[in-house]
Amino acid sequence: MAVWVEACGVDDVEEEDVIRFDHGGRTFAIYRSPNDEFFATDGYCTHEKAHLADGLVMGDIIECPKHNGRFNYKTGAAKGAPVCVNLKTYPVKVEAGKVMIQIG
Amino acid sequence: MTAGKTKRDYSLVGESTRIAIETGLASAEWYHTDVPRKTMKELMQRSDGPAIRDTIIWIAAILGSAAGGIWFWGTWWCVPFFLVYGVLYGSSSDSRWHECGHGTAFRTRWMNDVVYQIASFMLMRNPVTWRWSHARHHTDTIIVGRDAEIAVMRPPDLLRAALAFTGVLDFRYSLPTLVRNAFGNLSPDEKSFVPEMEQHKAVIAARWHVAIYVATIALALYLWSFLSLVLIGLPRLYGSWHMVLTGLLQHIGLADNVTDHRLNTRTVYMNPISRFIYWNMNYHVEHHMFPMVPYHALPKLHELIKHDLPEPNPSMWHAYREVWPVLIKQLQYEDYFLKRELPPTARPYREEFHALTVPAAAE
Repeated sequence: MAVWVEACGVDDVEEEDVIRFDHGGRTFAIYRSPNDEFFATDGYCTHEKAHLADGLVMGDIIECPKHNGRFNYKTGAAKGAPVCVNLKTYPVKVEAGKVMIQIG
Repeated sequence: MTAGKTKRDYSLVGESTRIAIETGLASAEWYHTDVPRKTMKELMQRSDGPAIRDTIIWIAAILGSAAGGIWFWGTWWCVPFFLVYGVLYGSSSDSRWHECGHGTAFRTRWMNDVVYQIASFMLMRNPVTWRWSHARHHTDTIIVGRDAEIAVMRPPDLLRAALAFTGVLDFRYSLPTLVRNAFGNLSPDEKSFVPEMEQHKAVIAARWHVAIYVATIALALYLWSFLSLVLIGLPRLYGSWHMVLTGLLQHIGLADNVTDHRLNTRTVYMNPISRFIYWNMNYHVEHHMFPMVPYHALPKLHELIKHDLPEPNPSMWHAYREVWPVLIKQLQYEDYFLKRELPPTARPYREEFHALTVPAAAE
């Protein structure tokens, strides 16, 4: 059965930005695209243990703050060295001004 | 700071490596000065403008000095042109390699990639292995057994450090490494930081580099002139002194095995010409703490966080004068290091890992 959890309010994330969301001992990254859509991925870079929420969002790309590894946060695709492993993504929906992510 | 009777083991697959991983010193969480997210986002913003401007100046200066060298070839007048050309080729390529490797110089990805590949060739660096070694350098800065880019190990080999200014040692290491990689061999150290799926790319890149050097040598033989070698390859010898002059100061004489860049990295104020050649990497504490901030924003970052950092050295001369007695002392006591004072406005150093015993190399 799908488990949806409330990650944040829509106004908690600026456009073309990312915030960190911790839940159940796990960490996630919640993105707001330049087109005002929301996305969610695992919070750590797949290369090293660095919080992606400290990184830079540029269009569809999140850049890791540690080694500048880049992912497409919409698909999770790794976009070249030093990241080789794709990022796990999670379904997102917006309800009553809240960003919900499906983690189960 | 106790007397060191054991030698550090700088291998990346040895006892130091094992201990660094077991103790959590490897891939640790590092100290960062607090910077509001909004400010940091502004600082991290990419722009093509400054790097395009600087790259046009850089390429024009390279072509101009090369043209002068070629024009006056066979007379003493070529010497000043090649002195300039050598520094542009053998030294400023290092900072271009570095910034474009981070992907911060330009906003446009392919521009970073093109300049990265060109600069890697100029430096005789395998663009694949060095990208990974530099990622490791940022994960585990000056962690013995983990960092592949420790320029001066302890106890310091002063003759080696002096020879570095001539480029001879780097040349002697870099060219055979490229040839070895071209034959499909990666060392155990290289394999420790280049993921398996990327290793074949290192071999292909090395083959391209070696092919260009073979063509350059063939041209020199065909023309029976050193000119092509003076233009391609040899600048790595006669022009790398500025890279060493500025690069050695990044970490020399400071702490190892710590997780606070303020303890193991140095910021030095430099003249504008050196800053152009070095692309502002004199703000090195700032760069290590926030590697996503482009070179052109580092002075602004420095102003924002300097209250939390040791006072920068006011000049390269000052920094070398400061570090020289430390190196002399390290000849006898290799655990000795320079611990620079923090201003009263700074948060205390994070040095918990430094209390751990430095593992010894196998006798």
